[in-house]
Amino acid sequence: MDVVPGGSTPIPAFLLRLLGAFAMALVPLVLILFLIWESRKVIGRMQDRLGPTNAGTYAGPFALFQTFADGIKILTKELIIPDGADRPVFIAAPILVVTVAIAVWAVIPLGPAGLQVVDLDVGAFYVVAMSSLAPFSMIMAGWSSRNKYAEVGAFRAVSQIVSYEIPQVLALLAPVLLTGSLSLQNIIQAQSVPYIVAVPLAALIYFLASAAEVGRLPFELAEADSEIVAGFFTEYSGMMFGAFYLAEFINNLTAAVVFAILFLGGWRGPWVDQVPMLGAVWLLLKAFLVFNVLLLFWAAMPRLRIDQVLGFNWKFLVPLGMVVLLAVALVDKLLPLVGLTDPWPRSLGLLLANMVLGLGVVGVLSWMGRRAQRRIVRREVAP
Amino acid sequence: MIHPYALVGLFLLVALVFGIAPILLAWIVSPKKLNPRKTQVYESGNPTFGETWIEFKPQYYLYGLAFVAFDVEAAFLFPWALAHNQLPLYAVLEAVVFLALLGLGLLYVWRKGWLEWM
Repeated sequence: MDVVPGGSTPIPAFLLRLLGAFAMALVPLVLILFLIWESRKVIGRMQDRLGPTNAGTYAGPFALFQTFADGIKILTKELIIPDGADRPVFIAAPILVVTVAIAVWAVIPLGPAGLQVVDLDVGAFYVVAMSSLAPFSMIMAGWSSRNKYAEVGAFRAVSQIVSYEIPQVLALLAPVLLTGSLSLQNIIQAQSVPYIVAVPLAALIYFLASAAEVGRLPFELAEADSEIVAGFFTEYSGMMFGAFYLAEFINNLTAAVVFAILFLGGWRGPWVDQVPMLGAVWLLLKAFLVFNVLLLFWAAMPRLRIDQVLGFNWKFLVPLGMVVLLAVALVDKLLPLVGLTDPWPRSLGLLLANMVLGLGVVGVLSWMGRRAQRRIVRREVAP
Repeated sequence: MIHPYALVGLFLLVALVFGIAPILLAWIVSPKKLNPRKTQVYESGNPTFGETWIEFKPQYYLYGLAFVAFDVEAAFLFPWALAHNQLPLYAVLEAVVFLALLGLGLLYVWRKGWLEWM
């Protein structure tokens, strides 16, 4: 960094920023090494196995460093590019997938102030924009492999991710609307009552949509190991496969962290005012909770068919997302008219509206279910 | 004061480094002993047949079209949601009309049968 001679002030500031950016980019990577271990342990237990126990003798207690051993192993595996593949695109895809997965963390606030690379005034929009870059890397990987499994996987992945982006954005607009800001820092500061209390339906939609975005079971069609080998990254080996695996887990963690920020109050918690660093602990604890719910989904759910997944999105989540957004907007406008402006009364008013709406949705669904049932019965009775 | 987007750019560069570094490292340390059998396209042990880069199932395209329409709509809703605190009630009602029109669009696609798997 000797471009500008003399130690003028901008350079240390710039270096500091660079170091900060590096540290922030390391946060998801380091966390994920342990979360992969934790996931494998939990999945193992759910399937009546022990999960990883030791890798030789070097993996530490409870095989805590199993992922490091796997990382080193995968580093020494050959990188195979299949015949007929589109080489530049084939190599660019795993690079892009990791880059995009980490890039979201630029706006993630780990604490009140300073514990963030940059507090963009369009932070929430940035998160959406970055996560919608992921399908590019998938279609690049699937198409350039020149493999039929990979191609089917890429088609499935892209159609699923772009579809679920719509309910995700609609649900994300609820906290944005209540805060009046897209900055994640402002959204957290506005949550003296976590938004999951005020808009539980939007939180549920957001959770389901982000589970589908990151491809967790029951939405795990892009990989579907028992049908199409590994989906869009079938042909990848060595560290290029590792990149996709890593990016998948980072996306999971990111989805959990963003959910914690939008609906669980982010870094808010006791004693954060005195010790700002504590904010990171609260945020990561909340994210860990959400991550584990995703994990239990993974362990407990069967895989749906692609038409079921897309139908669930277009015929249920999208209309519901639109209705919830409008209900939140309307009720939030009407509440001041009856004198409910303080955080708690306002949240409870919105909660009531959400509950009424939720009950209505359950009512409509069960009515439709009964009607479908009657139709089946009638068809069986008729010759 | 550094411009916020400069910092985003910086972070993107750092992220790119983290994307490239492991693959570069793996390319340096990994063995390179290719043979024709290894580089075959993997199709569960069978030799591949026919063309792979084909036009595939138009259903995915229909979902893509629907996505474009609705994503543009979402982009229009962002500024509305952002200004919600300052908006009068009638602006919210306008959004109701806007979304109702889109809902009609969804209904049209639904009735047309484009959401069914063909």
